[in-house]
Amino acid sequence: MSELRQIAFYGKGGIGKSTTSQNTLAALAQQGKKILIVGCDPKADSTRLILHAKAQDTILSLAAEAGSVEDLELEDVMKVGFEDIRCVESGGPEPGVGCAGRGVITSINFLEEQGAYDGVDYVSYDVLGDVVCGGFAMPIRENKAQEIYIVMSGEMMAMYAGNNISKGILKYANSGGVRLGGLVCNERQTDKEYELAESLAKKLGTQLIYFVPRDNIVQHAELRRMTVIEYAPDSVQAGHYRSLAEKVHANKGNGIIPTPITMDELEDLLMEHGVMKAVDESQVGKTAADLAAIA
Amino acid sequence: MSLAQPESIEDLKARNKALIKEVLEVYPEKTAKRRAKHLGTFEDGKPDCGVKSNIKSIPGVMTIRGCAYAGSKGVVWGPIKDMIHISHGPVGCGQYSWASRRNYYIGVTGIDTFGTMQFTSDFQEKDIVFGGDKKLAKLIDEIQELFPLNKGISVQSECPIGLIGDDIEAVSKAKTKEYNGHTIVPVRCEGFRGVSQSLGHHLANDAIRDWVFDKMEGKPALFESTPYDVAIIGDYNIGGDAWSSRILLEEMGLRVVAQWSGDGTIAELEATPRAKLNVLHCYRSMNYISRHMEEKYGVPWVEYNFFGPSKIEESLRKIASHFDDKIKEGAERVIAKYRPLMDAVIAKYRPRLEGKKVMLFVGGLRPRHVIGAYEDLGMEIVGTGYEFGHNDDYQRTTHYVKDGTLIYDDVTGYEFEKFVEKIQPDLVGSGIKEKYVFQKMGVPFRQMHSWDYSGPYHGYDGFAIFARDMDMAINSPVWKFAKAPWAA
Repeated sequence: MSELRQIAFYGKGGIGKSTTSQNTLAALAQQGKKILIVGCDPKADSTRLILHAKAQDTILSLAAEAGSVEDLELEDVMKVGFEDIRCVESGGPEPGVGCAGRGVITSINFLEEQGAYDGVDYVSYDVLGDVVCGGFAMPIRENKAQEIYIVMSGEMMAMYAGNNISKGILKYANSGGVRLGGLVCNERQTDKEYELAESLAKKLGTQLIYFVPRDNIVQHAELRRMTVIEYAPDSVQAGHYRSLAEKVHANKGNGIIPTPITMDELEDLLMEHGVMKAVDESQVGKTAADLAAIA
Repeated sequence: MSLAQPESIEDLKARNKALIKEVLEVYPEKTAKRRAKHLGTFEDGKPDCGVKSNIKSIPGVMTIRGCAYAGSKGVVWGPIKDMIHISHGPVGCGQYSWASRRNYYIGVTGIDTFGTMQFTSDFQEKDIVFGGDKKLAKLIDEIQELFPLNKGISVQSECPIGLIGDDIEAVSKAKTKEYNGHTIVPVRCEGFRGVSQSLGHHLANDAIRDWVFDKMEGKPALFESTPYDVAIIGDYNIGGDAWSSRILLEEMGLRVVAQWSGDGTIAELEATPRAKLNVLHCYRSMNYISRHMEEKYGVPWVEYNFFGPSKIEESLRKIASHFDDKIKEGAERVIAKYRPLMDAVIAKYRPRLEGKKVMLFVGGLRPRHVIGAYEDLGMEIVGTGYEFGHNDDYQRTTHYVKDGTLIYDDVTGYEFEKFVEKIQPDLVGSGIKEKYVFQKMGVPFRQMHSWDYSGPYHGYDGFAIFARDMDMAINSPVWKFAKAPWAA
């Protein structure tokens, strides 16, 4: 067994983090890697494609039933799916109550204490959209994930979220050892998407590690609660995920400390590529009626 | 190592100035600059004491302050005896403050009164993660079943409640409805709010306004009014203080319809908007609700001071001035009745205490209110300060302190120690955390929050006890066996 590698996937909500990470990890598993997926999203949908399950029982829901996490055993929370990938979901409260961030901390501490990481090559954390509080930064703190992969697209808000996540990484890069592994662009077929993703990666001081083209086969696989790797191993898309997996595997130790940019710089980037027009400051905050009156 | 005792007021002021400078020298520059604003000397004729107050304490110093939860649960709500006060959150806040305030009450504990009991939702990890609303609802159900004679419940929020955003208002409303209008009061007194316990007093006052008074609107009075109805506001009955105060008001012909909140009940709170006058002892912790009752219900309020015969006489007359001749005569009768008793107390203790110097550092009203009592015994206050006072407290203090008194707001452990070491008072009056520091320095000490397990100190009865206790502290033979570090 080689040294344990811990990675994490972050990105804007709905960008395809879970799909991308599960396909990538499924490909790694096929290459004989022993993998543990830790879902850190209260929605608990980070492992469904591996387990073919709607939603896995989460650490926190089981703990709440049993009384506390101390009442749980590792076997209670860990499921094994495709290619022997081990899966756990942190879980969390229903929307609007309690503290999901604390839930992530509780779960990760539990997994470490229970020795969930013993005998695996990869631990992968799948974390919800934004790093809204300390709890969701847990996977990037000291002795957790060494490399973060930001899943993004050419959409403005996805890039904005990617930049914000870089700020979180920067904060912990100095106190701990976390690094930005790179960007993974999940194609949305927006204008000049590849160029934008490349430029953003450059601005952040990192690389666009892979550009995953859009393919409806992903949707077909999803509907069957499967990864493309399992559903259609010979498809072109499965090949892309295998390539991404190889890149990630080869990327060990190549992470960097990101150089996040300002909102203005981000807008400049979009203008440079002609995606966004320069804002006419005289029109900001004016309603259509106001503008008509001026004209 | 001590400074020479100053001879004139100018010497005194110069000594204080030098002393403050010396104390500030040990701090880093920024800290010194900030602390300098809280330390000063009272100058006769000034409208306040010349110090800043109600500002965040500086990290790294030892402040004596408490938190908003302490102000609400510990001070304002806790003494309401027929209600159950839930410390909502992890166990520590309620457990380590359990029954530590000496607000005496009458009743059968656990049956119809609950003052010395501890109720907590005892948050566990899962309550933080999943929210504690369900647990709170269950706790209220259990309280209703186990303690059916409780007259109301208050929910005192500890820090995590505010962090995780639990909706304690919704739970309180739902349970009030379920239990036929039972009073359930959510209080947002999370400890991290504000700079001291002072905000907790304010939040607790507001909760009474919103969840007790507003609920009473349009309902008939529960008692028959008389022209002489008064409510005691801001007396927490430490060691029985409110009792020794109440009897004087009753003797002069008034009817006390409520005690806020020492030995108080929810019914008394509800009755108070119908009082003719609110008499306010602790201005700091209950001025908010007094002002509200004046604005909304037209109940005037008057501050008074029941420490020491001089201030008691002044206060009785001031209170009587709001009523007719019957009460005014009553006040004179009470004053005349007790004066010989007070003269006897003073005759006994004044010779033993004359000229003794005192330094105080206390909470809401005592840094100024007790000064008259000491002066009745011939003692002198050379330094005083407030833990959590605001500028209006320091304004009121000007009527009590003498020119040249050292003033220290939110004093730090180091400052207080140094001041006492240099000034060498004959007595220090402060709290439990300070007590042993000064006693080990060889300085007599009395706890002026809890009356050092004694009391009452309010009223005429209280003054006799106060005089005895101060004498006991200062003139105890034990000091002969201890040697102060500065005494050769």
